[in-house]
Amino acid sequence: MSLIAFLVLFPLLAAALLLVLRDDKARSVVTYVSAALIAFAAILLAVTYLGAGVTYFNLPSDAADEAVSIIALLVDIALAVYIIAKSAKYRKWLPLVLALIQAPLVAVFELTKAGSIPVDFGFYIDNLSIIMALIIGIIGSGICVYAVGYMRDHAAHLKEGEKDRRPVFFALMFTFLSAMFLLVFANNLMWMFTAWEITTVCSFALIGYTRTEEAINNSFRQIWMNLIGGLAFAAAIVLIGMQQSVLELDKVINLGIGGGIMLLPIACLGLAACTKAAQSPFHSWLLGAMVAPTPTSALLHSSTMVKAGVFLLIKLAPCLGFNAPGIMIMIVGGFTFLMCSCMAISQSNAKRVLAYSTIANLGLITACAGVGTPAAIWAAIFLLIFHACAKSLLFLCVGTAEHHIGSRNIEDMDYLFERMPNLARFMLLGILVMFIAPFGMLVSKWAAFTSFIESGNLLLILFLAFGSAATFFFWAKWMGKLVTCCGNKQVIEGSIHKPEWVSIGLMAALASLCSVLFPIISKGVVVPYIGYVLASHSTGFYAQAIAAISADNLWLVAILALFTAVVMLGLPKAGSNDELDVYLAGANVDNDGRLFKNSFGQPMAYTQRNWYLEGFFGEARLDKPTVAISLAVFVFGIFAAMLIGGGF
Amino acid sequence: MFIPMLIFGLICAPILGCLLAGVDRKITARMQGRVGPSILQPYYDFRKLLGKDTGHTNRTESVYIFMYLLFVVIATVLFFLGGNFLLVVFVLTLGVLFFILAAYAPGSPYASIGANREILAVMAYEPMVLLVAAGLYLATGTFDVVAMTQASKPAIIMLPLLFLGFIYVLTIKLRKSPFDLSMSHHAHQELVRGMTTEMNGQTLAMVELAHWYESILYLGWVALFVIWKGWVGLIVALLVAALVYFLEILVDNNFARMKWQFALKSSWWLALILGLLNLGVILLLGLAL
Amino acid sequence: MSHSSKSPWLIHYDASSCNGCDIEVLACLTPMYDVERFGIINTGNPKHADIFLVTGSVNDQNIKVVQQIYEQMREPKVVIACGVCACSGGIFKECYNTLGGVDMAIPVDVYAPGCAVRPEAIIDAVVKGLGILEQKRAALDAAKSKKKEA
Repeated sequence: MSLIAFLVLFPLLAAALLLVLRDDKARSVVTYVSAALIAFAAILLAVTYLGAGVTYFNLPSDAADEAVSIIALLVDIALAVYIIAKSAKYRKWLPLVLALIQAPLVAVFELTKAGSIPVDFGFYIDNLSIIMALIIGIIGSGICVYAVGYMRDHAAHLKEGEKDRRPVFFALMFTFLSAMFLLVFANNLMWMFTAWEITTVCSFALIGYTRTEEAINNSFRQIWMNLIGGLAFAAAIVLIGMQQSVLELDKVINLGIGGGIMLLPIACLGLAACTKAAQSPFHSWLLGAMVAPTPTSALLHSSTMVKAGVFLLIKLAPCLGFNAPGIMIMIVGGFTFLMCSCMAISQSNAKRVLAYSTIANLGLITACAGVGTPAAIWAAIFLLIFHACAKSLLFLCVGTAEHHIGSRNIEDMDYLFERMPNLARFMLLGILVMFIAPFGMLVSKWAAFTSFIESGNLLLILFLAFGSAATFFFWAKWMGKLVTCCGNKQVIEGSIHKPEWVSIGLMAALASLCSVLFPIISKGVVVPYIGYVLASHSTGFYAQAIAAISADNLWLVAILALFTAVVMLGLPKAGSNDELDVYLAGANVDNDGRLFKNSFGQPMAYTQRNWYLEGFFGEARLDKPTVAISLAVFVFGIFAAMLIGGGF
Repeated sequence: MFIPMLIFGLICAPILGCLLAGVDRKITARMQGRVGPSILQPYYDFRKLLGKDTGHTNRTESVYIFMYLLFVVIATVLFFLGGNFLLVVFVLTLGVLFFILAAYAPGSPYASIGANREILAVMAYEPMVLLVAAGLYLATGTFDVVAMTQASKPAIIMLPLLFLGFIYVLTIKLRKSPFDLSMSHHAHQELVRGMTTEMNGQTLAMVELAHWYESILYLGWVALFVIWKGWVGLIVALLVAALVYFLEILVDNNFARMKWQFALKSSWWLALILGLLNLGVILLLGLAL
Repeated sequence: MSHSSKSPWLIHYDASSCNGCDIEVLACLTPMYDVERFGIINTGNPKHADIFLVTGSVNDQNIKVVQQIYEQMREPKVVIACGVCACSGGIFKECYNTLGGVDMAIPVDVYAPGCAVRPEAIIDAVVKGLGILEQKRAALDAAKSKKKEA
C-alpha cells in the first residue's frame, strides 16, 4: 500500500515543487531526482507484486476512505469549475454544457447513493496494472527527463514578451503521472473516475500550453471529446451503482461477464475508453494534440492518456467478445486501424504520421480487447507494451530532429543519416520496432491476426490485412528518407542536450530489450495474467491456448530481433563517396550536391519527394466517411446494448 | 527430415531458382521467336558479377543488401523446414524492406523511384498474401507449413478464389510484366534499372541470388495450395507450381506494363472481393478439410 | 572462355549518330540476330555493363557524358566504337562541331566500321571485345593477387 501511496502522491509533491521553482538548474535537479525515484518505485512495485497474482489493498481506516472520497469529489467539482470557466472565457459552449451535465450527476450520485454502497477494496494490483505502472514510471518519467533539455530549447525560441511558463508545464507533466498511477491502481470506480478526469484536464492544459489560437482550438476539441467519454464513464458508474449497488472495478468485470443488464454500462465504459484512446470518430483530438511541445505528445501517446483508454478496455476484455459492446468495440477498433493507417500515407508532417499511427495501433489494441479471447488479450497487452516503447522513442527523436533541422516535415529529413547519424539510427530502430517483424509490434500484430482468424471474424481479418499493407507504405517511405546518403554533409547533432540523449537511449534500450525478452515477458507476466483473470470467470469459451504464438517461434523471432537491432545501430558511416558517383545519366556535375547539367547547360540539384497518394488516401477523401461510419457503429452498439440488455 | 529439408532450402532452392530463371529466359526467347541464351545463363551472369570490380556510392548499401539476402534465405529455409507460414511471410517482408532501403541509400533518382514503386507493390500485394495465410489456416487448421502438407485433401478445394487472387499478385511479387514497376528483367528496361541502378558487381550478384531463393519460395507457396499427403500430392503440387510459373512467363510476354494505379487498385479490389467471398463462404458454412 | 565472356552486358550510347547505327544495334536484339544467345543484354546502365557500345562521333556537348559513363563502368570493361563516325568521326571528321572519333574521349578497344555498321559487324566486334575483356580480367586478377601477396 505504501508503494501505491508513494507512486500516487510523490509525483504530486514533485509537481508542487516544480510549480514554485523558477530556477532552471533547480528544476532540472528536481526533475531528474523525482523521475529516478518514480521509476525506481515502479520497478520495486513490479518486483514485489509480479508473481503474486491479484493483490487487493485498502486504506487503513474507513475514515480515510471517506476522506479520499470527499477529496475525489472536490477534485471532480474543481475540475468541472475549471472547464466551465475556461469554456466561458473562450466562448466554447459544448464543453461547458457537457461539464454542466456531468458534474451534478457525479456529485448527486456521490452524495446520495455512493455512500451507502460498500467498497471492500479501494485498490488492486494485477500484472496488467504492473505493466502499466512500469510504462508510466519508466517511460513517463523518461519523457519528463527529456523535457528538461527540450523545453530549454523551446524557451530559447520564445517570442519577445512571451512568458516562460515552464514551471506550469513540468507541474502538469508530473500531475499527469500521478493521475495515471491512481487510475491504474484504483478499484473504486469513483476514484478511478476522478483520475480519469484529471488526465483529461491535464492534457487539455498541456495541449493549450503555447496559447496560440490553433493550440486553444485543439485543446477545446480534446476536452469536448473527452468529456463525452467522461460523461459515458459517469453514466456507467451511476447505472451500475443504481442497478447493482457495486462500485468496484473487479466486481463490475465479474458481473459484466454475465451480460444481460450489464451490457449497457459495459458499452458506456467502452465508449469512454474509446474516446480516451482516440478511436474514430474521436480521433481528431489526438491529431490536434500535435500542436503541443513534443514531450507532451510523447507523454500523451506513449505512456499516459491514450493508454488509460486501452488499459480500461483490456481490463474489460473478459466481458467483451461476441456481445453488443464487444462487437461495437472490435469493429470500431479494427476500422480505426484500417482508416488511420491509410490516412497516415497522405501526411508529410512527421508528428501527424506518428499520431495517425498511434491511433491505428490503439485501434488494433481496441479490436483485440473487443475480441476478448485469451490470444487476443495476449496480443493486446504486447501491442500496448511495444507501442509505448517505440512511440516514445520516435516522438523524442522527431522532437530533437525538429529543433535541429527546424522542421517536423519528413521531406526535410533528407540525408538525416549523415546530418544526425546517431539520431537517425535511433529513429530507424524506432520505426522498425513499430512495423516490422521480428520486432515486438509486428509479432503482436501476428498474434492479433491469429486470434482474429481463430475467432472467425472476417471483418477484422480484412481490416488487419489491408491496414498492415498501408502501414508498410508510410513507414517504409519515411525510412527511405532517413537512409538516403550523399556524402560530406555536415553533422549537426553536437548540440543535443545530454538529458535528451539519455531518454532517447533509454527508450531505444527498452524497445529492443522488450523485443528480445518477448518470450520471457510472455511466460512470466502476460500468460499468468490471462490465466488468473480468465480462470476466475471460467467459462467454456476460455478453454483455449493462451499464447497465440508458440514459444519456439518467439525465441526465433527474439534472436532475429536482436541481430537486426545490432545491425541497424551499428550501420557503418555513410563515408565520403570516393568510390563511385551516382548515375545521373552521365550528366553529373557535383556528386555531393547531387547536381547535374540540365538542358540549359546549368547545374541543377536533384531532389526526391515522397509519394502521398492524396487521391487514394487523402484526409479529404477518407476522414468524413470514417467519422460517419464509426459514429454509426457506436450509436448502433449502444442501442443494441440497451435493447438486448433490457436496462430500460 | 530436418537435415534434408535444410539442405534443400539452403542449397537446392537457389540452384533450382537459377535454373528456373534460365528456363524463363529460354521460354521467353522462344515465345518471341528467338533462340535465346543457355539455360545456365543466369549462373554465368552471377559468376561474372562475382568477379567484377565492385563500387559503392556509400558504405551502407551493401549492409542492406546483405540483410536482404540473409532474410530471404532465412524465410526460404524456414518455409522448407515446415515452419510457421506467417513467420515466413513476415521475415520475407523484412528482407524486401532491406532491399528497398538499399535502393534508397545511394540517393540516386532512378533507384529511389524504383524503391518508391517497390513500396507501392508491397502495399498492393500484402493484403492478398495475408488473406491467403488466413485462408490456409481456415482450410487446414494450422499455420505450420509441415502440417499443411499433411492435409488429407488439397487446400485449393476450399480456396479456389484465393488461389486465383494469389496468382494475380504473384506477378507483382515476381516483378513481371504488367507489374514490373520497380525493376524489370532481361530485355524489358525502363528508368535504367529501377531499384538496382546503383548496385553492381558483388552486391548485384547478391540480389540475383536472393531473387532465385525468392522465386522458389513463391512457387512453394503455390504448391502449398495443391499439396496433400503422399507422393501423388507432392507431384501434383510440383506440376501445378511449374504450370503457374509458365503462366507467369506467358503473361510477362503478352502484357505491356500497367500504371501503378492499376496495380494498386486491381490487387486491392481483387483481394477484397475474392477474400470476402472465399473466406466468407468458409466461415459461414463452417467448412474444414 | 569463362566468367566475363559468357555474360557480356552492354550499354549503348548514341553520341551524335544519325541513328543509322543505333537502329542496327537494336536490330541485333531482334529474333533475326538474337544476341541474347550469347548472353548479351542491353542494360542501359553503366554500373551493370561490361561493354560500352558507342555510336556516332563525340562533340563538346557529349564528351563529358561519354567519359562519365566510361568512368562509372566497373572493371573489367571494353569499349567498342560502332560505325565509322564513332571510329574516326567519319564524314563529320572535319566539321567545326565535332571532335572526332570516340577515342578522342576514352580508350577504345574495338573499332567496328561501316555506315551504317552491319549487325554482323557489331556481333563480330562484340565477340572480339570478349577476348579483350577476358584478357583484362586476367590482368586484373593478377594485379589483385599481387596486391594480396604484397
